[in-house]
Amino acid sequence: MTSTYLVGLVGSVLVLAGIVELLRRRQLGEKYAVLWLVVGLILLVFTVFPGLLPSLSSGLGVAVPTNLLFFVGLVFLVGVVLHLSWEVSRLENETRKLAEDLAILQLEVAQQKRENVSE
Amino acid sequence: MRALIVVPAWNEQLTVGDTVREIRAAVPDLPVLVVSDGSTDHTAQVARDAGALVLELPFNLGVGGAMRAGFRYAVRHGYTAAVQVDADGQHDPNEVPAMLDKLAEADLVIGARFSDRDDAYRVRGPRKWAMVVLSKVLSKIAKTRLTDVTSGFKATGGRALPVFAEHYPVEYLGDTVESLVIALRVGCRVTQVPARMRPRRDGNPSHRPIKAMIYLFRAGFALLLALIRRWDLPSAAGPTPVRAPIKEGISRD
Repeated sequence: MTSTYLVGLVGSVLVLAGIVELLRRRQLGEKYAVLWLVVGLILLVFTVFPGLLPSLSSGLGVAVPTNLLFFVGLVFLVGVVLHLSWEVSRLENETRKLAEDLAILQLEVAQQKRENVSE
Repeated sequence: MRALIVVPAWNEQLTVGDTVREIRAAVPDLPVLVVSDGSTDHTAQVARDAGALVLELPFNLGVGGAMRAGFRYAVRHGYTAAVQVDADGQHDPNEVPAMLDKLAEADLVIGARFSDRDDAYRVRGPRKWAMVVLSKVLSKIAKTRLTDVTSGFKATGGRALPVFAEHYPVEYLGDTVESLVIALRVGCRVTQVPARMRPRRDGNPSHRPIKAMIYLFRAGFALLLALIRRWDLPSAAGPTPVRAPIKEGISRD
């Protein structure tokens, strides 16, 4: 009990520290920062108070406490992945437009230069 | 009408030069814009030497992206029509004047294979079924007979050009099927003229059954997606404000 408790505690603290460090180095955008900080904190709370998960799941009518954990985790991860797919599609569209406009501007600059030379 | 020929090209240094020269011989008064779609060979240089304007995309965007760049260039420079001609020599530029004439009564003109004229271009099997189904559905939406909706040989003008400059689809088959659906949904008139297609200078469209089945599936999916998608499209009724065309080296009007 005590050893698993310790492993869990160290793990949660490491995850939280990793998130804070990423934030500090400005590698993680502000809009994701709050989300991951909250996740890290919830993780820490559940490891510090191991009795919290069983009482919460029995309160919700879930027989096996870990199933509640898996269910919430899965729903959360699906949500995150969907959001990231959306974000990637949006970014791709933006890069495409930039690439197209860059090509157009390059041609216009080249034309302008040629015109200046011939004048 | 000021028209521009747009040639999307991805690593086609062997064919693009001849294609550009052929276009310039067939329609000498129209500028040719080659869009080098992230080519890693000498496509851009060959096209420039053949006398074309060249847009060089920094990486590969697909035919849809290349064409949208072409449409944006056309709108920025005050052109009112753009004709897509493929770099592989499949499209006969001698058909371009007939397509431009037809733009007087439509916003989008397709150069269609499988029309009454005899044809060197043949497809069979699932790929053919896909084309037939797509043609049937889109003919119904367009309220006119379209025999070849997957043709890349298209003249875009009128109300369709500014819409395509903003919203030309960039996904698989988007440049053919979905673009027609978008044009029809903003109220553009779509029509076709018969156009002879030549076999490609290199290779043939795939006729292997599995590939053809995948094509059938993806085409159906693309059509379905195009029909249910919500587009923030400008209403075709209101005239779009036209900016003064940017001055160019070529004289006009």
